[in-house]
Amino acid sequence: MESWLNEIMPNVMNKTPELWKSTQQTLYMTFYSGIISFVIGLIIGIVLIATGPKGIAKNKLIYSILDKVINLFRSIPFVILLASLIPLTRLVVGSAIGTKGAILPLIFGTVPFYARQVETALAEINHGLVEAAIAMGTSPIGVIFRVYLKESIPSLVRVTVITSISLIGLTAMAGAIGGGGLGDFAIRYGHQRNQADITYVTVIMMLLMVMIIQSVGNIIIKKTTH
Amino acid sequence: MIRLENIDKSFEGESGTVVAANNVNLHIEKGKIFGIIGFSGAGKSTLVRCINLLERPTKGKVYIDGTEITSLSKKELRAKRKKIGMIFQHFNLFASRNVYQNIAYPLKYRGKSKSEINKKVNELLELVGLTDKIHAYPSQLSGGQKQRVAIARALANDPEILLSDEATSALDPQTTKSILKLLKELNAKLGITIVLITHEMQVVKEICDQVVVMENGEVIEQGDLFNIFAAPREGITREFVESTSNLSKIYELIEEKRAVVQTKAGEFIIRLRYLKRNASESLISYISRNYNLDANIIFGNIELIGDNPIGGLVAIVSGKEEDIYAAIRFLKDKGVGVEVINNGVLA
Ligand SMILES: Nc1ncnc2c1ncn2[C@@H]1O[C@H](COP(=O)(O)OP(=O)(O)OP(=O)(O)O)[C@@H](O)[C@H]1O
Ligand SMILES: [Mg+2]
Repeated sequence: MESWLNEIMPNVMNKTPELWKSTQQTLYMTFYSGIISFVIGLIIGIVLIATGPKGIAKNKLIYSILDKVINLFRSIPFVILLASLIPLTRLVVGSAIGTKGAILPLIFGTVPFYARQVETALAEINHGLVEAAIAMGTSPIGVIFRVYLKESIPSLVRVTVITSISLIGLTAMAGAIGGGGLGDFAIRYGHQRNQADITYVTVIMMLLMVMIIQSVGNIIIKKTTH
Repeated sequence: MIRLENIDKSFEGESGTVVAANNVNLHIEKGKIFGIIGFSGAGKSTLVRCINLLERPTKGKVYIDGTEITSLSKKELRAKRKKIGMIFQHFNLFASRNVYQNIAYPLKYRGKSKSEINKKVNELLELVGLTDKIHAYPSQLSGGQKQRVAIARALANDPEILLSDEATSALDPQTTKSILKLLKELNAKLGITIVLITHEMQVVKEICDQVVVMENGEVIEQGDLFNIFAAPREGITREFVESTSNLSKIYELIEEKRAVVQTKAGEFIIRLRYLKRNASESLISYISRNYNLDANIIFGNIELIGDNPIGGLVAIVSGKEEDIYAAIRFLKDKGVGVEVINNGVLA
């Protein structure tokens, strides 16, 4: 077995410790920037839906500011975002490089995308449900948690899966500022030193992550759709 | 119970201002079933939504049980809303919650124990006749069953008022009947005041005690059910009343020159309207006996409104002309509306 593996992917077998380290770095970046983006994106998405044109706390000013800021950030390519955030990252995390330094740009790259997706998911809620809840004496906070969020769990899971997958893609790019991870690993060896087997293995690793996220998502969606 | 005072409601739209309610004054008595009828866009929903302030009137005051709810704080208003149930055309059940959870929704976060909630939900399910569906999700229910769940949910906090916005409009006639029957039972059993919007006079006829007719944001006619049916004043009201009977078909038949309405000389087509509470008297057989007439009834539509028969009929009467006129005079004296549709000469 081992000799066979050595034969088909000699470079990978040479660097298994580094492969595991890169995998862990990718998971680390995805996990922390994912959790933080999830919370912030969800909050912004909720504010968008609440202050929006059909919202329960309509506010044209807040809505249009958020709306424009999101559009602005979504139109900046991630590589440029990475570079332009270096001073801010240094200020916040103390270091602009390494796995830790990659988290802030990843959040900036993910939150606007996710907030917009959350807004779309929540907007699917039939307005009649909101009205019924208000007619039953539900408070605005209650409407958000008991109607908007509770009733759109399957859609929220779906957009969270999509965002997580695109986040894994972004972590590969974050390797460019020394963030490490699988993307960085593949570029350093697979690309720059022409060790094709490394490229294939990293692709397979990332594919596995995507598949796991997708299937967990599908299970939750299935369980929460009635 | 419910009093609307000088209610105005207008919406600012792209195409200008829409006046959905124009100086509406209404008094809805406790324990009554109050019908609001009108064509699409008349402002019925807007008016009813002003009762629980889903829509805030532009001007005017809303009183419930003597409390002016238009001046309550947000928190007080939420407490008040718990005592006003509402049901909708499209049911508005929570798809992610099963029947039990839907009905329990308004009972939660109110300091009630699980067993109290459990007991209440089961009582309500019993009341609407759906105990076997307790674990079903809305997607597994028929329209009628969904509306029953919605009714149970609306009754969870023992409201004194139930607002119903076209609650039967998405249902077939048979299911509509069963839901109306349920509403009537709830009204009798719980004494709950029901405000019911519809655009079908049939629904009004089935269960309402009082009726208002709306057009262009205004209440144009108002009265108890019998009077509205017996003596509609406004054109629209008459149209609605006629929509529940087949008597106006006679005009189509004449238009189409159908054989059944081809009259010979000496034959009159007359239409009788029973306006007073006298439909039970055997007027037709009386005139045919006493004025030597033959009467051939082509349409008849006598119904019970409350306990009073009402309606009319269309008949071809034949006999001596002066006898026919005498019979018509007799009927008019009895308070029956008589319209001579075709007096034979024209035929
Ligand atoms: N939120 C709104 N914004 C703008 N215009 C509105 C709004 N709600 C109602 N209107 C307008 O107010 C008028 C009355 O509407 P309403 O829904 O009360 O009528 P309705 O009698 O209930 O009609 P339907 O039988 O179709 O339900 C209509 O012209 C409608 O377009
Ligand atoms: Mg309506």
